[in-house]
Amino acid sequence: MSGNMNINLKVWRQKNGKSQGKLVDYKVEGVSPDMSFLEMFDVLNDRLVSEGKDEPIAFDHDCREGICGMCSMYINGRPHGPNQGVTTCQLHMRSFKDGDTIVVEPWRAAAFPVIKDLAVNRSAFDRIIASGGFISVNTGNAQDANSLPIAKDNADEAFAAAACIGCGACVAACKNSSAMLFVSAKVSQLALLPQGDPERNTRVLNMVAQMDTEGFGACTNTGACSAECPKEISLTNIARLNREYFAAQLGSDRS
Amino acid sequence: MLDSKIPQGPIESKWTKYKSTVPLVNPANKRSLEIIVVGTGLAGASAAATLAELGYKVKSFCFQDSPRRAHSIAAQGGINAAKNYQNDGDSVYRLFYDTIKGGDYRAREANVHRLAEVSGNIIDQSVASGVPFAREYGGLLSNRSFGGTQVQRTFYAAGQTGQQLLLGAYSGLQRQVGLGNVRLYSRHEMLDVVNIDGKCRGIIARDLVSGKLERHFGHAVLLCTGGYGNVFFLSTNAMGSNVTAAWKAHKKGAFFGNPCYTQIHPTCIPVSGDHQSKLTLMSESLRNDGRIWVPKRKEDAAAIREGKLNPNDLKEEDRDYYLERRYPAFGNLVPRDVASRAAKERCDAGFGVNKTGEAVYLDFAFNMKYKYGKQVATLKHITDPTEEQLTAFGHEVIKEKYGNLFDMYKQITGVDPYKNPMMIYPAVHYTMGGLWVDYNLMTTVPGLYALGEANFSDHGANRLGASALMQGLADGYFVIPYTIGAYLANEISVKPISTDHEAFVKAENEVSDRLNKLLAIKGTKPVDYFHKRLGKIMWDKCGMARNVEGLTWAISEIQKIREEFWKDVRVPGDANEFNPELEKAGRVADFIELGELMCKDALERNESCGGHFREDYQTEEGEALRDDENFKHVAAWQFNEVGNWTLNKEDLVYENIKIAQRSYK
Ligand SMILES: Cc1cc2nc3c(=O)[nH]c(=O)nc-3n(C[C@H](O)[C@H](O)[C@H](O)COP(=O)(O)OP(=O)(O)OC[C@H]3O[C@@H](n4cnc5c(N)ncnc54)[C@H](O)[C@@H]3O)c2cc1C
Ligand code: SF4
Ligand code: FES
Repeated sequence: MSGNMNINLKVWRQKNGKSQGKLVDYKVEGVSPDMSFLEMFDVLNDRLVSEGKDEPIAFDHDCREGICGMCSMYINGRPHGPNQGVTTCQLHMRSFKDGDTIVVEPWRAAAFPVIKDLAVNRSAFDRIIASGGFISVNTGNAQDANSLPIAKDNADEAFAAAACIGCGACVAACKNSSAMLFVSAKVSQLALLPQGDPERNTRVLNMVAQMDTEGFGACTNTGACSAECPKEISLTNIARLNREYFAAQLGSDRS
Repeated sequence: MLDSKIPQGPIESKWTKYKSTVPLVNPANKRSLEIIVVGTGLAGASAAATLAELGYKVKSFCFQDSPRRAHSIAAQGGINAAKNYQNDGDSVYRLFYDTIKGGDYRAREANVHRLAEVSGNIIDQSVASGVPFAREYGGLLSNRSFGGTQVQRTFYAAGQTGQQLLLGAYSGLQRQVGLGNVRLYSRHEMLDVVNIDGKCRGIIARDLVSGKLERHFGHAVLLCTGGYGNVFFLSTNAMGSNVTAAWKAHKKGAFFGNPCYTQIHPTCIPVSGDHQSKLTLMSESLRNDGRIWVPKRKEDAAAIREGKLNPNDLKEEDRDYYLERRYPAFGNLVPRDVASRAAKERCDAGFGVNKTGEAVYLDFAFNMKYKYGKQVATLKHITDPTEEQLTAFGHEVIKEKYGNLFDMYKQITGVDPYKNPMMIYPAVHYTMGGLWVDYNLMTTVPGLYALGEANFSDHGANRLGASALMQGLADGYFVIPYTIGAYLANEISVKPISTDHEAFVKAENEVSDRLNKLLAIKGTKPVDYFHKRLGKIMWDKCGMARNVEGLTWAISEIQKIREEFWKDVRVPGDANEFNPELEKAGRVADFIELGELMCKDALERNESCGGHFREDYQTEEGEALRDDENFKHVAAWQFNEVGNWTLNKEDLVYENIKIAQRSYK
């Protein structure tokens, strides 16, 4: 059941991290409005493989349900495309019109080097988490889960921060390539929970230090990150991170 | 006969006694023992983190760009645990019993009991590591019900339970990475295991960015590589989920248990067109509040299909709530296999409600208004609420409970589920089959273990909702850290084997030959062409209903696909670069071999049980008809060569549960 939309794509092609890239034009015909954006790429890649002239376009994706954070396309100047609160894999062609020209590029940030075409290396995020985005509790140390009641509001707020999928759209959206929204989401989640309290100071200091080491830029409060975040992670998390950071620098005990 | 190494003694004390008598490895020795963990889902991440905490040297592998993206991240509905926080009569025994019964008496008692025993610790551990489960106003944890049970024992974090649990396990893993106890290899794909003198001693992995092959030694290797539902092409699994790791192990001596046991989930978004690349689950938790129905009259179904009738306008008495009708005791909460078959039965009989005739309704209107709307009205002291008020109040509650699922539905279908009933249809979701393991989670190859969905162990012929997350974390957090000691205690004197050893060289050469062979075919058809063809055969002949004729045909057809694949597939690019098509080609080649084994297993099992429904074995009411006399065993397949296996059996012994015909009426 293919459809009747024709789409003009301009896609970033780059052989590998060492080579130069450029935008290349492709026409995709018979696109159905029910297709997802990535399914349109499947159709195009299928054709490229069958024709054998050009290599298929490399792009990252896995769950295709908006939860793994793997997909990462910069579409018409916006990470994850035109819709609010939606990842690339959840974007459907009904959000576009027949005859549209769509420019698709990878995330661009010094800390996210391109691997090939639209796929980038985001392992800097893993290293930031490794520097402090956890609670130090070995398996078997835990007490009964209900021995620690947590006010529903705090739990809900921590959950909202924990919804971050680590996609990196916030970095791609930011003119400074800052990772503040990502880092603040994790810092907030753990700062809002009593379990996270003992390591509160070291956590925020270490994570911010690692973020700087990785080469992410500074935050100048433009808010583009939150506007483009597919999980609508709120800017209040950045404010909380700043508070946490200053308090930690002063070495204050907030318990 | 296979030895499952089940400890002696009464079921309640087997695990406790085992734990206190299993050989220990002292801390100094642990530091010189290396463990390879392939996979970073719930099973792999929790195992890698815990083993590193214990002092072992761990290497952790995943094919995604980050361990946090393993497919477990996508689990929605929840995780079971016998905490009895709701005081509704839950207990370890009841969870054990429900799981065995839900699995249609085809799971191993001792493993399932252990699972139920450690279930509570999982919740404790997860909360301690910061997992933000849903809570009540009093600050305590909230629960909901899942199918196949009559208690509320499912813990959840909105519709993102898998995400939150995995991020918890991942943070523990990253902590160990930061401490230098785990070395992380993301964007790496394991392409073979290496056995030396009858023991597993390492793996061959491909760095997916550079394309280089690497050899890694380990005193033991853990496969936590997930399920193989993508053999059907369309499934709810992530695009990358595959059988390759398990299949390579199988070809190197690990038996494959019950390959034909697959779970078809009743509530997924129906197929919309040929371009479809995957299917999306609508969590089972929705069955708490959604009622499943089709029209009572075929004319009405036809009118709905043609767009002439709006389902909202169909009167109550003209709707057939077929699950509530057929299974009054469990109603919409019957187990998945039962619910799926019932949907197929109605659609096959001509009552389907979408264009293709393959969809039924999951309708929230009733509970939105009369359950939640009324509750809120009462709280607000409104004694005589209008229908509009009820809908508005209920809307808010439904939104809080299932908001992200409703948004996802709307995003995918373009239809607003708050206003119209959802349309759903069964889809492939989970594989109960997997590598055969003993009580220690060891495969038939010494030193090679399988955890999580990759093994066959705990769910018999049908898994209950919210039990996969439980099993993954049980295996990784609480089981393997003990059971691996039984093996490694005898390995402390084994020095790391050089990866120049001929076994490593040979395995690497084989992997490299195969990659080059795939690239050299330069045929005419893309990989997906073969995958789709395979998937359609599997769905039609080895899906929700199976029969001798269909399975026999499928086997010969799959053999043909295999031949054609190796003659005519076209894989662009080369091996020394980032090449997703090449990755896919290797995985599909393995799926084709697996597909044949699944059909063979389904053909061999002359009974119906759980997810395996043979049309020739059913009761008069159309329920699955087991044959305990002849099939109360695990089918463990031994690989001889491609297309040729030997069947081994593990007898299942029920000492604590009286086996009976499953009834949810
Ligand atoms: C949409 C959906 C919703 C679900 N919801 C629920 C739910 O609510 N409750 C519940 O209990 N269960 C649920 N399940 C089932 C459950 O999510 C899975 O069974 C479970 O998460 C599997 O975990 P795992 O650790 O075994 O494997 P996975 O999470 O699948 O992880 C596999 C890992 O292995 C790695 N890997 C695989 N092959 C290789 C290789 N060759 N080389 C290197 N690495 C490799 C991958 O990179 C990944 O890290 C759901 C499943 C789906 C599809
Ligand atoms: S904060 Fe939002 S945009 Fe940034 S990584 Fe998390 S989910 Fe993605
Ligand atoms: S592919 Fe997983 S979030 Fe898009």
